[in-house]
Amino acid sequence: MIDARGLSKRFQDKKRGEIRAVDNISFQCQPGKIYGLLGANGAGKTTTLRMLATILEPTDGTAIVCGYDVVEHPEKVRANVGFLSTATALYRRLTAQEFVEYFGRLNGLDEATLKKRVDNIFDRLDMNGFRDRRCDKLSTGMMQKTSIARTLVHDPPVMIFDEPTNGLDIMTARTITAFIRECRNNGKTVIFSTHIMSEVEKLCDTIGIIQSGKLLAEGTLAELRDKYSEHDLEEIFVKVVTPHYVAEEKN
Amino acid sequence: MSLRNVGIVYRKELTEAIRDRRTVISTILVPLLLFPVLSVGFGSLAVALVGKAKEETPKVMLIGGADSPAIVDGLRKLDKIEIVPETPTWKDQIINKEVRAAVDIPAGFQADIAQQKSDTVKIYNYEGELKSEFASDKIEKYLKSYSDNVVKERLAAKNLPVDVLKPFEMKRENVAPPEKVSGAAIGGIIGYMVILLCMTGAMYPAMDLTAGEKERGTMETILSSPISRTHLVLGKFFLILTAALGTAALSVLSMGVSFSVLGHYTSQSASGRDAAAGLLLHLGPKTVVSVFLMALPIAVLFSAVLMTIALFAKTYKEAQSYLTPMTFIVIIPAIAAMLPGVELTSKLSLIPILGTSLLCKELVAGTYHWNLIALIFTSNCVYAAVALFIAIKMFQRESVLFRS
Repeated sequence: MIDARGLSKRFQDKKRGEIRAVDNISFQCQPGKIYGLLGANGAGKTTTLRMLATILEPTDGTAIVCGYDVVEHPEKVRANVGFLSTATALYRRLTAQEFVEYFGRLNGLDEATLKKRVDNIFDRLDMNGFRDRRCDKLSTGMMQKTSIARTLVHDPPVMIFDEPTNGLDIMTARTITAFIRECRNNGKTVIFSTHIMSEVEKLCDTIGIIQSGKLLAEGTLAELRDKYSEHDLEEIFVKVVTPHYVAEEKN
Repeated sequence: MSLRNVGIVYRKELTEAIRDRRTVISTILVPLLLFPVLSVGFGSLAVALVGKAKEETPKVMLIGGADSPAIVDGLRKLDKIEIVPETPTWKDQIINKEVRAAVDIPAGFQADIAQQKSDTVKIYNYEGELKSEFASDKIEKYLKSYSDNVVKERLAAKNLPVDVLKPFEMKRENVAPPEKVSGAAIGGIIGYMVILLCMTGAMYPAMDLTAGEKERGTMETILSSPISRTHLVLGKFFLILTAALGTAALSVLSMGVSFSVLGHYTSQSASGRDAAAGLLLHLGPKTVVSVFLMALPIAVLFSAVLMTIALFAKTYKEAQSYLTPMTFIVIIPAIAAMLPGVELTSKLSLIPILGTSLLCKELVAGTYHWNLIALIFTSNCVYAAVALFIAIKMFQRESVLFRS
């Protein structure tokens, strides 16, 4: 499970001074549930998820992932997390199998376990046809499958997806959303970020709306509909975000 | 566990490097081909040209001398010199290389000699032109022996022994071992080449493994794996170091092979032997090992510095524009070491590249100044350790890894 406690990230920008990319965010994600972080571009989604995956270190606050503090034990956290984003590319000069094996080894798997895992994943994702093909020769769909295989090789209990379908065609995007569902069904804790309303409506158990680094609203789809007396998620989103959006524009 | 992780990263980077054409070209092909082409190509060309110049029979124009048959006969009898008759355009003919030299015998030369009057015989040549120099050398040699004979005759006429003009003999002999002679000439180049190739070998992987990784979007992928950033940067560093040392090793090897091939080839022809002797190098295993040991901390220093600088770049291209000026920074002290008169001192030893370059010159020449060796090795180890420490620190900084 994930427990974010007052997570904050500030950057120094030469022109704009201090930027609060993430400002005191707290939330919880439970095993077997999908938590969707909904926000416009630049709202702070990626920074939040990168802090959970310990790629970035929080300026203030912390998060507990699978019982480990992201600040105190980042390496232990990463061993329990599968991280996937459109920015997580493949090593082009490795084959699909070598790529997955590399990450298995970095996760401390011994060779026997690794072989079993890799065989199993390649069968399950139907990847045997391009096992020995170099990553720069793969189609987008094959690349996504290889990325999925990477996040699965150490069988992590927590999955973090940062705009995983961004820029993908419909069929490839469906592979990803199906995979996200499968993770939930296997009892994993899932958090993912997106700006696509339909994905959130279809997938998420809990929704968090984020703007200007602040978590403005949180709840199940039903709870949010109730609270803002709107049915359509897009309308709810606009209602939540508009006052802050206007304030930011003025700045 | 930690060594295992460094090893995993290293092996993966090695696999990728071997599959990358650009890395293979810069670390393996360039040093392997550069020296045979440079040394054998240019070397044998030089030997061939020198040989050819010596084998040609140069034309030498005789000006005057009609009333001095003795000296003219001697000139005509000279081996491999063709005496051609006088023309008024002799100067232009030398400039146009139709004749190689001209010898001007003043009127009444033989009569003047007989009356013990001094005259001047002039040799005209085209200075700096190899064939012209050969021709005039031969003429000069003959004139000297002619002059010596005149002296002998005059002494004999006065019943004086020849020794009167030569109260004692002079002889110069070289006692430096052969490797020292060649070492002085070529040792500077060896050190310079090893240092420069360490640098060029490290350069491409340093960019590929840092800026290249950012550009291709795999930085985030690898940072999301449980490996610690220190292990990651060490794995990368060792690969860059391997490339640096590999390039230097291959170039020394290929240089050695090139020189021995060149030596073998030139010893076939008698004329080439003299010319080749100056170029030949006597590199023993001891020299090679010691040059390598001294290059080791320099290679560590380069690998760490290049990696750190390239890490700041967002793209491969940006990294290139940062690293290209580094080549000049390295070349300047390396070249300074090759200048004549720059000798190894304890002060110069502390300048990172210059010290090693000077030391390599000494090592190739077979001189071992142990205290300076210790000083250079230790100081370079310190520089290298600092550079590596900075590289590791930089790899922990988000502002460097995610520069935007």
